[in-house]
Amino acid sequence: MVLAIDVERTDHKRRRRTRFYLSSFAVSLVAAIVLAAGYGAVAIAPQDMFSILASGFGWETAATVDDTQRMILLAIRLPRVCLGILTGAVLAAAGAALQGLFRNPLADPALIGISTGAALAAAAAIVLGGAVVVYLPAVLAAYLLPLAAFVGGLAATATVYRIASRDGRTEVATLLLAGIALNAIAGAGIGLLIFLSDDQQLRNLNFWLLGSLGGVTWVKLLPTIPVMAIPVLWLLTLSRQLNAFLLGETEALHLGFSVERTKRLILVLVALSVGAAVALTGVIGFVGLVVPHMVRLAIGPDHRIVLPASVLLGATLVLAADLAARTIVVPAELSIGILTSCLGGPFFLWLLIRRRGGNMP
Amino acid sequence: MLQAVGVSVVAGGTRILRDVSIGMRPGDLLGVIGPNGAGKSTLLHALSGARRPDTGEALLDGRPLRRWRPGDLARRRAVLAQTSVLTFPFRVLDLVLLGRSAFAGRASRTDDLRIAEAALRETDALHLIERTYPTLSGGERQRVQLARVLAQIWLPDDGGHRGQGRYLLLDEPTNNLDIAHQHAIMAIARRVCDVGVGVVAVLHDPNLAVASCDRVCVMNAGEIVAEGPPATVITEDLFAEVFGIRVAALLHPIHGRPYFVPA
Repeated sequence: MVLAIDVERTDHKRRRRTRFYLSSFAVSLVAAIVLAAGYGAVAIAPQDMFSILASGFGWETAATVDDTQRMILLAIRLPRVCLGILTGAVLAAAGAALQGLFRNPLADPALIGISTGAALAAAAAIVLGGAVVVYLPAVLAAYLLPLAAFVGGLAATATVYRIASRDGRTEVATLLLAGIALNAIAGAGIGLLIFLSDDQQLRNLNFWLLGSLGGVTWVKLLPTIPVMAIPVLWLLTLSRQLNAFLLGETEALHLGFSVERTKRLILVLVALSVGAAVALTGVIGFVGLVVPHMVRLAIGPDHRIVLPASVLLGATLVLAADLAARTIVVPAELSIGILTSCLGGPFFLWLLIRRRGGNMP
Repeated sequence: MLQAVGVSVVAGGTRILRDVSIGMRPGDLLGVIGPNGAGKSTLLHALSGARRPDTGEALLDGRPLRRWRPGDLARRRAVLAQTSVLTFPFRVLDLVLLGRSAFAGRASRTDDLRIAEAALRETDALHLIERTYPTLSGGERQRVQLARVLAQIWLPDDGGHRGQGRYLLLDEPTNNLDIAHQHAIMAIARRVCDVGVGVVAVLHDPNLAVASCDRVCVMNAGEIVAEGPPATVITEDLFAEVFGIRVAALLHPIHGRPYFVPA
């Protein structure tokens, strides 16, 4: 006789576990924020940070705060921390969404060419933009860089998707090969732009290729915050659709979802947010691949949990990687893209080896 | 009423369905049989709304399927596909709850759980709820997927249907199953049908159709070649004509319907 299993108890247990993981990811994110904001050439203790922020809201505390510290925290560290949180959240959420959409745990914005496509378009904007910018309206000119990155990201996304999808199914191998080809084409394009660029442009270009959170200011960051934050929040609302996609597109339709509309929506949201992130940070690889995987290994493939957990963990990891990048070779600064690739590359290989063993992580 | 009217489907220059018309009402159990490549699955896809006919129309309650919103349609009909692509380690309970997707915001979590539990009990898969899908055997997967589609349309008292006809489309539900589970699945189909759901099942085994269906529709080369009660439709001549095999009919000692064996 089958055991009398209490479905509700199973469900409660699941939810308790989910809450536990989500709150521990949230706690580590807060810890990473405090560390990233406080650590560096000038150290800022958490209580001083609090005083500075409190006085910023016109609420004076007993502690006196050093003006240098205030300046560094508000003008340098905080925008960088915000960018780190947003970039990590965008890349991880985009990775999780693409993996669900393609029913393929190896999809990643950088791996399948989206980030590189965005970087190529951004690089073109840097090198060639000067020639066209005078003809553009002021608003468009100011947004030329993120716009170019967005268009590049979208074009790459659409190309990869069209090539790899057939009869509603996405071929794993074709997807990755299309990504390789796109990366090669974009790489050649970037190489050509390097050849064409002058010294100043070359310095700016270098930044795209390796990825960095450095040099961000509120002026650069503020306009792109909604372009990154809104798609991520929107993706979080699509978790049930992504769950249904895991059964196949026809099944998702049978379950009552508008498959084509959802698919296009996800691709646009991914291209928009990744494009914006790339416009500010350059290419930071493997975050979108590694983070959702770690989450799935810990708590399973349900997107209602995978998406928010990836957002929290992605933000934490990018902040931690940036902290390492700017502190391990003081006074110089390492590119964060180098660090994430150093960690992500071996992780990717490990995944391939595991898959060969027949285990799907 | 769920019906196909003059449906033709062309794919890659080949006509897979040729002017097919068939209709069913809630409470019917219709078996679709025919040799490989006859167009059985394509007919099912046309009836589910997944495949838009090139000519003709598939309709639910007189309204073309393409005019239905996916969510409204999903509360009226569920589909068990032939193969499943799920490779992510989804938990069985969560998978069955996916069947409740179209009721988000219409049914409470408690209702959803109650219905999932009832569906899993019906398919004898309740003991699997803590397992992950890729670790299940072929037979277990089929029962869990069946529980998912049952959870979508089965229980009449969950508010979404209000007495409107519901339909369950099964694409070769007995594939890869041992003989006991084949009959168990068809017994479930019969019970679902008895509570007023119209069931269409694509079946490979004509004997299974004879034993379990009210009505059969025989397809060959994209056309319906015969339709009606199994006892009158499925004959030695039909086997010779459609399947190209000579058979002899035995009388089943218990239910008295014919049972065909190769001659």
